[in-house]
Amino acid sequence: MSFLPRLARPLCSSAARPFSSSAARALATPVAQKPVLNKEFKIYRWNPDEPAKKPTLQSYTIDLNQTGPMILDALIKIKNEVDPTLTFRRSCREGICGSCAMNIDGQNTLACLCRIDRTPKDTKIYPLPHMYVVKDLVPDLTLFYKQYKSIKPYLQNPNPPEDGKEFLQSPEDRKKLDGMYECILCACCSTSCPSYWWNQDEYLGPATLMQAYRWIADSRDTHTAERKEVLQNEMSLYRCHTIFNCSRTCPKGLNPAQAIAKIKMELAAD
Amino acid sequence: MMSTRALGLGSPLRKTLFSPSLARNPSLIRTTFAKRAVQTESLPPSAAVDILNKQRLLRPSSPHFTIYQPQITWIASIANRVTGGALSALLYGFSLAYLFAPGTFDSVHVVEFVGTLPDTVKYAGKALLAAPFAFHGLNGIRHLSWDMGKFMSMKSVYLTGYAVLGGTAISTVALPFL
Repeated sequence: MSFLPRLARPLCSSAARPFSSSAARALATPVAQKPVLNKEFKIYRWNPDEPAKKPTLQSYTIDLNQTGPMILDALIKIKNEVDPTLTFRRSCREGICGSCAMNIDGQNTLACLCRIDRTPKDTKIYPLPHMYVVKDLVPDLTLFYKQYKSIKPYLQNPNPPEDGKEFLQSPEDRKKLDGMYECILCACCSTSCPSYWWNQDEYLGPATLMQAYRWIADSRDTHTAERKEVLQNEMSLYRCHTIFNCSRTCPKGLNPAQAIAKIKMELAAD
Repeated sequence: MMSTRALGLGSPLRKTLFSPSLARNPSLIRTTFAKRAVQTESLPPSAAVDILNKQRLLRPSSPHFTIYQPQITWIASIANRVTGGALSALLYGFSLAYLFAPGTFDSVHVVEFVGTLPDTVKYAGKALLAAPFAFHGLNGIRHLSWDMGKFMSMKSVYLTGYAVLGGTAISTVALPFL
């Protein structure tokens, strides 16, 4: 049981550290080899070509002293050297694309920002919770993207700016968007939300709702009333029970629960 | 070809390739000339949707609360529901029981019945009622403050969470002795 807040969480931190250099390889005389530090990874496997076979946890043991520092480095090493059939999404390896979102040791996070726990305890890796699995660690995000599209995530303003160039905004209004525009839509928060687990067909989920508020709060957008009207029903917004799993798990340190609370307060004031 | 000729290897290579001893090797012939083991089948682009829909029917749902790390956020939320449900069930159950059998469930009879119980059962029963009552009440205040937009940072969520747990522990011990 870990009841520590994310502030005190040592492993899955987004704090950047320079890559360990490969200077040793460039030396003419080899440096003394590091001792072997084996670690077991238990990874969720399911193959669509054998759909009748139940999903299983497959175990892989690799030497951490021959692996990069992050979980993604371990996954890539396993795919390259042990089992090429292991399937996962990855792209930028620096926490900006959101592809490698998965459940690592019980928490949703980006594999590229999550440090490998160097204790001998095994590490369990699952796909994002309560999502349909395409293969192994790849979840089907079709519905998630549809929900994002449904809130019209773009500027709606029929009146072009007077100077014909761009919509202007005061620094204070711009500040309201901080902590929301940084979202990379990795779906870690939505898939950590028990309400989203049970009602994802109708409840929009934290990621989409925070983006809904990002456009409600934008002073340049004129469709605020319509945007609020869409959320004014039992399911879309109000399935949020202020659980805070979303803010707890966000690998970018954002606070979707707060954005949702702000929508609720604005809707209540209407 | 250019490179082999440039290196003067053209004719020796050709000799090796077509030498009679190699031509008689059945496994080499099979690997070189046999058809590829993988067969492809060409489908119209419209078939993609069918294939996708067939796959979608078979996809498993990934595990959720059984593998998610227990955190004070969602455990407290579930506890809030369970205690709320239990307290409501008790309230409605008792009220309905009084409605149907006023003779057995009025205050006088309940007080008389509890008076006959040994002390340990009395205190245990009181603690059993005090724990969910204290937790649900204190956590309710926490929820009301969130609805007003207060204590929304992750740090305050944890601080208020521990405060509620501490308050519940103290109340569970203190209330039975009132």
